[in-house]
Amino acid sequence: MNTKTMAVNIIGAGLAGLSAARAFAQEGVGVRLISFQPSERAQSNLAEGGINAALDVMGEQDTVQEHFLDTMKGGCDLADPNMVWNLTQAAVGLVKDMDRLGVPFHREQGQIIQRNFGGQKKKRTAYAKSSTGKMLMAALIDAVRRYEAAGLVERYPHHRFERLIVKNGKVAGAVIYDRFRKEKISLSGAVLMACGGMNGLFAGETTGTTANAADAQAALFAQGIEFSNLEFLQYHPTTVAITGKRLLISEAARGEGGRLFYYEEGATDRKKVYFLEEKYGERGNLMPRDVISREMTMLGKQVYLDLTGLSRETWAVRLSDLREEILHYLGVDPARESVPVSPGIHYFMGGILVDEQHRTNLPGLYAAGECACAYHGANRLGGNSLLGAIFGGRKTALSMMTDGCCAEEDEENSEEAHFAEGSSEADQCGEEDWAEDNCEEENQVRGTITQILMEGMAPLRDQKTIEAALKKLDALTEASRASGRLKHTLLLARAFLLSALERRESRGAHTRLDYPKTDAALKKNTIVCCADGQIRLSYREIPVLRAQAEDG
Amino acid sequence: MKKILHILRRKNAEAKPYWEDFTYETTDEGATVATALASTPVVWEHSCLQRRCGACAMVINKTPALACNTRLSEISTDVIQLEPLRKFPVIEDLLVDRSVMMQNLRRLSVWLEEEARTGSEGMAFEAARCLQCGLCLEVCPNFAAGGAFAGMAAMAPMSRLIARLSEGERKRIARAYQKGVYSGCGKSLACRDICPAQLPIEELLVRSNAACVWKRWKTAGSFTSVGD
Ligand SMILES: Cc1cc2nc3c(=O)[nH]c(=O)nc-3n(C[C@H](O)[C@H](O)[C@H](O)COP(=O)(O)OP(=O)(O)OC[C@H]3O[C@@H](n4cnc5c(N)ncnc54)[C@H](O)[C@@H]3O)c2cc1C
Ligand code: SF4
Ligand code: FES
Repeated sequence: MNTKTMAVNIIGAGLAGLSAARAFAQEGVGVRLISFQPSERAQSNLAEGGINAALDVMGEQDTVQEHFLDTMKGGCDLADPNMVWNLTQAAVGLVKDMDRLGVPFHREQGQIIQRNFGGQKKKRTAYAKSSTGKMLMAALIDAVRRYEAAGLVERYPHHRFERLIVKNGKVAGAVIYDRFRKEKISLSGAVLMACGGMNGLFAGETTGTTANAADAQAALFAQGIEFSNLEFLQYHPTTVAITGKRLLISEAARGEGGRLFYYEEGATDRKKVYFLEEKYGERGNLMPRDVISREMTMLGKQVYLDLTGLSRETWAVRLSDLREEILHYLGVDPARESVPVSPGIHYFMGGILVDEQHRTNLPGLYAAGECACAYHGANRLGGNSLLGAIFGGRKTALSMMTDGCCAEEDEENSEEAHFAEGSSEADQCGEEDWAEDNCEEENQVRGTITQILMEGMAPLRDQKTIEAALKKLDALTEASRASGRLKHTLLLARAFLLSALERRESRGAHTRLDYPKTDAALKKNTIVCCADGQIRLSYREIPVLRAQAEDG
Repeated sequence: MKKILHILRRKNAEAKPYWEDFTYETTDEGATVATALASTPVVWEHSCLQRRCGACAMVINKTPALACNTRLSEISTDVIQLEPLRKFPVIEDLLVDRSVMMQNLRRLSVWLEEEARTGSEGMAFEAARCLQCGLCLEVCPNFAAGGAFAGMAAMAPMSRLIARLSEGERKRIARAYQKGVYSGCGKSLACRDICPAQLPIEELLVRSNAACVWKRWKTAGSFTSVGD
């Protein structure tokens, strides 16, 4: 085995990146694992409620077919059914694989126990209290470490992706920036993006990490990579603003029996109205996230999460960490008092457009995990993105190996080429682009982008609000003497607004007040792409489910 | 509330460090040192802002802590002194290089080679909560970067394995544990009090010692601590 064959660069070391690295290494293929920060800091560690797979351990006769149907329905039919089929088909095996790596899934009498989650009729979500992401990450980090020691995975754990190197219409490598040594490095080989959601466009307004700055996506977009479905932005119904971000209160809280209500106005006894149960019946609190967030926003009243009915045992055994977190941040003991909540940005259904093999529109470039638009259509079900990241990473690695991306490098290219600081002609960005990102003027512009997007991409939109946001963005673009990176971010922000403007219907997480109905003719993916500084928008049909997939 | 951040800055490892002050004013009762730092041009590491990722470890008023887990309202002084961790090389301002922690885990072969056995979920769960923040190393009288002793930041991930590993892996892990943890630990337990994840360090240590040193592997199963 030639461990020096490093023709693959994985950008991002969350669940998707780790899962891909492991899959390559298992086949003896060496990779570079490049991430802004070490894996322990990635957003995947924050995931709480659990991971979906039809293990059928709860005596409900759950099936893979139902997991498939729930995911398609939850995504309002915008996901590629063949991809969702592959995902749900593999889920059981992947969760068992994680179990074998020592993930402490909740068990009773030796058997994995699953909990209810939104948009799924059966108990299908495996979990470890409210720290499932952290537990999966700990296990995968260890598993990949073994290959690091064997020389198959080479870590670049404080390195920022800057841009692709494209030669003859193909990816020839990537330019990364070493935050510690403060130098650029040019790496050759194919590239797998696993760089997470685009939190940076909504700074301070998401439940996730500050490290997913969206700069990688902005650079790719500016280089002509196709993105898809950016208008589908997931607002999670139960979040709370805390200092610097939004705190998520996991859907597990409702999966274990939590209920949403508001206080009836004028009533002297402060009558609680459990509005979701009234409208949707018994399972109202576990409707998909798009439905609940829309109901809450339309309502326009303060909504509370009532967890006072949860049993002592539930708190102690399944949600002790969640209770502690709510107590710490909100000063409220959720076992005794209800918690005021509101919808907050949580997940990006849209992202880099990939096909079933996780290929992008540029040969040699692949994407997996939250940064890729795959599996979740117009609305992601809780518990499906941990699954999507682990599955997607693995699937991508396999298809890159099939595509021959990992062939040994040419002699002349096999060494890392270090650019002299700012002097290479291949590098068109200014010196300021490479420093730690903390320049005051740039931060101000970024803050304004967030404000504009929060208006234009609000949970309820219409032509007027989106156009107003576009106008402000244009003005900002003109006013700021934007450097390379910032210019790209402005472009990507524009792509979000254009995607929302052009989809004249309501579907999943995209609610247009001026087009409240779903339009069957728009059962298509939005594609945005940038060429010569201009954004082009088009639509693409959703593939049909192949018969062989249906047969399994 | 008004605070002055008194920060030890430097452009890079070789540059001369200097102090710079920044005033921060807020009405947000929940504001933390991280919130205040975000308003400055100072370089520091951050990610989750909710004490779940270990990025923002630094020395706050002479005490090592997570910036996002330290509320301004709970600091009695008007001036808050911020310094980078001292046990790790400084890159810039409050940003340090903690790579030695990853190197130690590689050196001590912290991974499973066989299927995990089931059982001891409690101990595995608590151990896996470790943030790899390095605060335990910062306060440990016995840890020095480059030394054989890898500290509690290695003990925690190792005890995750100890809870779950099959018989065939015992020897390998026990040997690594003795070398990297047991033989260097002076039991000061300064780590227990500083750990921002409030890991049940003492119990993890007792169970791991029992298994790896005294060959009592079954004790991991009777783990009782709940970390909160
Ligand atoms: C609070 C919270 C709770 C959640 N709970 C659940 C749940 O219970 N179930 C579920 O299924 N999903 C949940 N999710 C969603 C899920 O955690 C994520 O979608 C998933 O973990 C994404 O994994 P990833 O590997 O794609 O990205 P991430 O884990 O975000 O990793 C991204 C990686 O890319 C790196 N990176 C970013 N930009 C750059 C750059 N420019 N250069 C180099 N590296 C870069 C980062 O450092 C990181 O290593 C939750 C999310 C949050 C925020
Ligand atoms: S044991 Fe505690 S203090 Fe040490 S690295 Fe882990 S979380 Fe940090
Ligand atoms: S930023 Fe994650 S622990 Fe402070």
